[in-house]
Amino acid sequence: MMSCKEAAYLLSQRQDRKLSATETMALRLHLMMCSGCTNFADNMAFLRKTCERIVNDIKQE
Amino acid sequence: MKPTTNEISLNQSVNPLLNDAALIQLRENLLRFATLQLRNREVAEDVVQDTILAALAASDRFEHRASVKTWVFSILKNKIVDVFRDRWNKNRVELAEATGDETEFDVLFMENDRWQHSEMPTRWGDPEQTFSDKQFWKVFDLCTSRMPETTVRVFFMRELLGLEVNEICKELAITTSNCWVILHRARMSLRLCLQQCWFERDEKT
Repeated sequence: MMSCKEAAYLLSQRQDRKLSATETMALRLHLMMCSGCTNFADNMAFLRKTCERIVNDIKQE
Repeated sequence: MKPTTNEISLNQSVNPLLNDAALIQLRENLLRFATLQLRNREVAEDVVQDTILAALAASDRFEHRASVKTWVFSILKNKIVDVFRDRWNKNRVELAEATGDETEFDVLFMENDRWQHSEMPTRWGDPEQTFSDKQFWKVFDLCTSRMPETTVRVFFMRELLGLEVNEICKELAITTSNCWVILHRARMSLRLCLQQCWFERDEKT
């Protein structure tokens, strides 16, 4: 079973590369049972949106 | 922050390279973006000035008004990447500073590498609602300023300048795995800071 520490690393890497099928499966299993890492995934998406907002504001203002 | 009607008409109809007021506004926006990343107002001012001069010099070749800002912005992005690359090359020992100590975030986890109960990430809710709070952006700036410059630099190259990992590796001459470690460290650190300084602020006051 994947640990939260490993899951967090994969959730970060998911922002930068396509995970392998095995990684995706293992991560999915972990997330099904771990609300902490599910929230961490939500936080990663939030960080990306935050940076996108900064870039879009500069272009549009 | 919604622009006034005046600002909207100004923004939509005026090529900022041909209008002083629009150019001043554009310069302010570029400067804010550059200062956040370069962490030095003077360097940021130089880079923005170079950007605007380059844009003005080439403006006669640029016909599509609507995307002038996007175009100027892309010039600025390239110039910031240049500064980052120069800084990195000047001091190769920075790699250790950027990747950090691999035990840095161990305190968040128990011995079996599951989250400590008190450190369990929480849901952050609707981003739009958070983004509309000006105070949030101050906290965001504060959190990025607390990270080691070398770490946040790689993070910004990825997230604000939009480079792919292989492009960052090439610019900075680092390995892919180093790049992943640095990006992960940046995200862990930024997440933790926002969690503590923003999302849990009400619980602690």
